[in-house]
Amino acid sequence: MLLEINDLTLLYGRIQALHGISLTVNEGEVVALIGANGAGKTTTMRAISGLRPVAQGSIIFDGTDVTRMRADLRVVRGIGQAPEGRGVFPGMSVVENLEMGAYTRRDRGGIAEDMKMVMDLFPRLAERRKQAGGTLSGGEQQMLAVGRALMARPRLLLLDEPSMGLAPMLIQQIFEIITRINEQGTTILLVEQNAQQALSRAHRGYVLETGRIVKEGSGRDLLHDPAVKEAYLGVA
Amino acid sequence: MTATVDNKRTAGFKSRWAAMPKQVRWAALAALIVLLYILPNKWFYEYLGFPIGGDYFAFYTTRSDFAGVLFDTAVFVLLAVGLNVVVGFAGLLDLGYFGFYALGAYTVALLTSPESRFGTNWPWLAAVPLAVMVAMVSGVILGGPTLRLRGDYLAIVTLGFAEMIRLYASRNEGIAQGQRGIPAIPHPPGTGTDGKPLFGVVDARPYYWLMLTLILLVLLLIRNLANSRVGRAWVAIREDEDAAEIMGVPTFKYKLWAFAIGAAVAGLTGAIFAGKQTFINSDQFVLESSILVLAAVILGGAGNIKGAIVGGAITWYLPEWLRGVGDLIGVNFDAAEYRILVFGVVVIIMMIFRPQGMVPNRRRAAEFADRRKEAVPQETVPNE
Repeated sequence: MLLEINDLTLLYGRIQALHGISLTVNEGEVVALIGANGAGKTTTMRAISGLRPVAQGSIIFDGTDVTRMRADLRVVRGIGQAPEGRGVFPGMSVVENLEMGAYTRRDRGGIAEDMKMVMDLFPRLAERRKQAGGTLSGGEQQMLAVGRALMARPRLLLLDEPSMGLAPMLIQQIFEIITRINEQGTTILLVEQNAQQALSRAHRGYVLETGRIVKEGSGRDLLHDPAVKEAYLGVA
Repeated sequence: MTATVDNKRTAGFKSRWAAMPKQVRWAALAALIVLLYILPNKWFYEYLGFPIGGDYFAFYTTRSDFAGVLFDTAVFVLLAVGLNVVVGFAGLLDLGYFGFYALGAYTVALLTSPESRFGTNWPWLAAVPLAVMVAMVSGVILGGPTLRLRGDYLAIVTLGFAEMIRLYASRNEGIAQGQRGIPAIPHPPGTGTDGKPLFGVVDARPYYWLMLTLILLVLLLIRNLANSRVGRAWVAIREDEDAAEIMGVPTFKYKLWAFAIGAAVAGLTGAIFAGKQTFINSDQFVLESSILVLAAVILGGAGNIKGAIVGGAITWYLPEWLRGVGDLIGVNFDAAEYRILVFGVVVIIMMIFRPQGMVPNRRRAAEFADRRKEAVPQETVPNE
């Protein structure tokens, strides 16, 4: 088991955002976390990457308890995140953004290799390598965020709403790339509102409702679950 | 959407400058430095054909001693360069920067002056490193608890800190000796070729040269730092602290670094100032000055070393120069009196039309452009 979350509780002031959620991610898997706005998906991601302090429960990554570990040290351990929305550095060029992704690494050769790999994965980024992150389109920023997270060579990649605000064609494309990244050996935990795409790509999935996990199962089972269908796939 | 990062207005000069051979650029830089060193000399103006005291416009000041103005300007420039590390590089709002300057000055005064209650009577030179240390350590003590928090806490705490230092200095009779201040601070050491001390009371030129040399040294250090891993971490923190953290940047550590380096530079400046002035009291460290340094950094272009230099120089030198110009054209108008008012207006105008400053940093310009875009939401409701 690469990631194990036990009974996680998280507070925003007095408001409880997570009510004791538990989930696991195995090595090599793609796991999708789906749910409506405000269900606690992004909060869960921020707890795993260390951007939000946890009230109770534990987060075990690769056998080590990281619940109270500083966010930057979790990156060194192998947790990479592509944050939701505009998470790119607006004043840095595409290349500089990617270099920031490799901040914890010192192997110049390996970094150059991965830079090439990311550019191959996202040809759009290669075209815009000198352009400032803030001037990219929404889709390009999303690609940059994913590429930047890959530059750290994470063992677990956290993707927060990779399809948000993208055109349908681009959504298809970005999910294909996610599958490709996974096939190259990176474990992925994915948060999505686009349940259709996420579940059809994921090995397993969890459904989050108002800070609780209400359902879990294989991606296929959840896709065909009548309740999930009605609530998240827009079909009765 | 394909806007390039470079600012268009300055692109012409910048690209031409970059295209010049390396030797030419070095020579130009060397010439500029030499010019700065000979600036306070009387013979320089006689040589140019407009000796001091004539009835015409010149860039020296006529109302006040030009070398003295140059020294004050240099003090201001070094302060702006130091504050730029905090505000410009790391993006931390420090409203009490003058507090560290005061600490540096008072440390030197208390350790060296025969009038000090401490009675240590250190030579000036020995007290300077300690003054820098004191400022730096107080920066760490102040930043330690506050830099862990996000938002405006730092601005509030630093504001309070500077006022605390000033109030303590003005009310405390035992150590800081209140309004009476601390007199008889010794000058920097050194004897000239004529047997007189190098650093005297009348001639401000040696102090200006000392300050200029220190500015160049500090610039060299800060430039190297800005281009290193530390510098990149600062940019990342300034642009998006959350994102910096998930890239593996120990944000607290680097924020504290920026804050402490800024404080150390201010402490150094204060120490030199005390050595020239020989007398300090609380009136010299008013809040107004903190704000003026901040205005200089923003005016010049936060995040850009050149911008900080230009901003600092203009903020101090221009009003002093205008005093003399007023005399020449027969207007009895003291521009220096209106400094704060004028800069308030200028900063507001700049915020509207050129928020990135006069000599913008190319990254900062892009950040501002991005922030404007963000102010007009384009995306759907963000998750949570």
